[in-house]
Amino acid sequence: MGKLYDVIIIGAGPAGITASVYAARKKMDLLVITDDIGGQAAWSGDIENYTGYQFVTGVELSSKFEEHMKKYGIAVKEGEKATHIDIDGNVCVVSTEKDEYRSKTVIIASGKRSKELNIRDEAKFRNKGLTYCATCDGPLFAGKEVAIIGGGNSALDAALQLMKIARKVFIINITPELGGDAIMREKVSASDNVTVINNAQVTGIQGDVFVEKIKISEDGSEREIPVQGIFVEIGLIPNSSFAEPLERNERGEIIVDSYNQTNIPGIFAAGDVTDVPEKQIIIAAGEGAKAALGTFAYISKTEEGDW
Amino acid sequence: MSKKVVVYSTPTCPFCMKAKQYLQDNSIEFESIDVSTDQAKAQEMVEKSGQMGVPVIDIEGEIVVGFDKDKISSALGL
Repeated sequence: MGKLYDVIIIGAGPAGITASVYAARKKMDLLVITDDIGGQAAWSGDIENYTGYQFVTGVELSSKFEEHMKKYGIAVKEGEKATHIDIDGNVCVVSTEKDEYRSKTVIIASGKRSKELNIRDEAKFRNKGLTYCATCDGPLFAGKEVAIIGGGNSALDAALQLMKIARKVFIINITPELGGDAIMREKVSASDNVTVINNAQVTGIQGDVFVEKIKISEDGSEREIPVQGIFVEIGLIPNSSFAEPLERNERGEIIVDSYNQTNIPGIFAAGDVTDVPEKQIIIAAGEGAKAALGTFAYISKTEEGDW
Repeated sequence: MSKKVVVYSTPTCPFCMKAKQYLQDNSIEFESIDVSTDQAKAQEMVEKSGQMGVPVIDIEGEIVVGFDKDKISSALGL
């Protein structure tokens, strides 16, 4: 039987990293298990609402977070994904693709990921014109025709980036009009190379190897638009499927109380994966701090012999 | 003899930065190509890797797509 940690933190975005710093400062024996470091924050473009920074990019802020975590010499299993979480008596058991780890408490801070289109051939065209990161892959579509799927702020953000790079940008929006912030909508509609198609649903992607056409349906009639790039910006889903035994809401978010406790004693959750309203970097960081302090209090009031 | 390493990336992609950082941390010299400003090199990257996602790392002909630490390490014998 392996070592028993005080706390295992799953995820290393703003919530997980902040939790790890707080836990390390409480001298807890901790392990961070994470697919990547930085989480969604690393993919954000410009950040202007993290107190103390009037302007910072997502990459800069998340590398600051990472440095802060590394300062404490915290053990991190990077590139490892939690696949299952269970309770054995009072002990939490976290399984990954590679191993199994045991701890007194767990903080789930696994965040959210981009929602997929769920249409045929999505996997075939992934990275072959179909992408989920305008910030990363946008520059490869210079002078080309692209479609953005979605109608909220992340779609508008992608449009603002792509209208400067691509020759033509189509926004395929399923609702009758665009959502998101008015300021962004105005900028997008002022651009002469952006076409917004409302009430439209994506029905297919065509191409030999790379994307050549997108098929959409408007009021029941189908049509094809020649594009070389498709950017999917239809929102986010929580990375909570491995947290099977925990109570989740209809969106799949883990339900927590104001102390970040889930329905299972010893298992806490923080950040975008939870049902806490408003998904913001600063909120996720604060929730991570609360969760770490919560695990510390939980261990302090539990008898040593209970584990 | 150290292997010739080329990294194709864009300035805004987090995994590109991580990949370069990883190479630097391991004292691996590499040529860095910004495909957002060089269309011909962007095309070269697509041809080499058969896809359009960044980063692409060419380790003396062995093509690694994305920041795949395990693949990079084994290609470099780290």
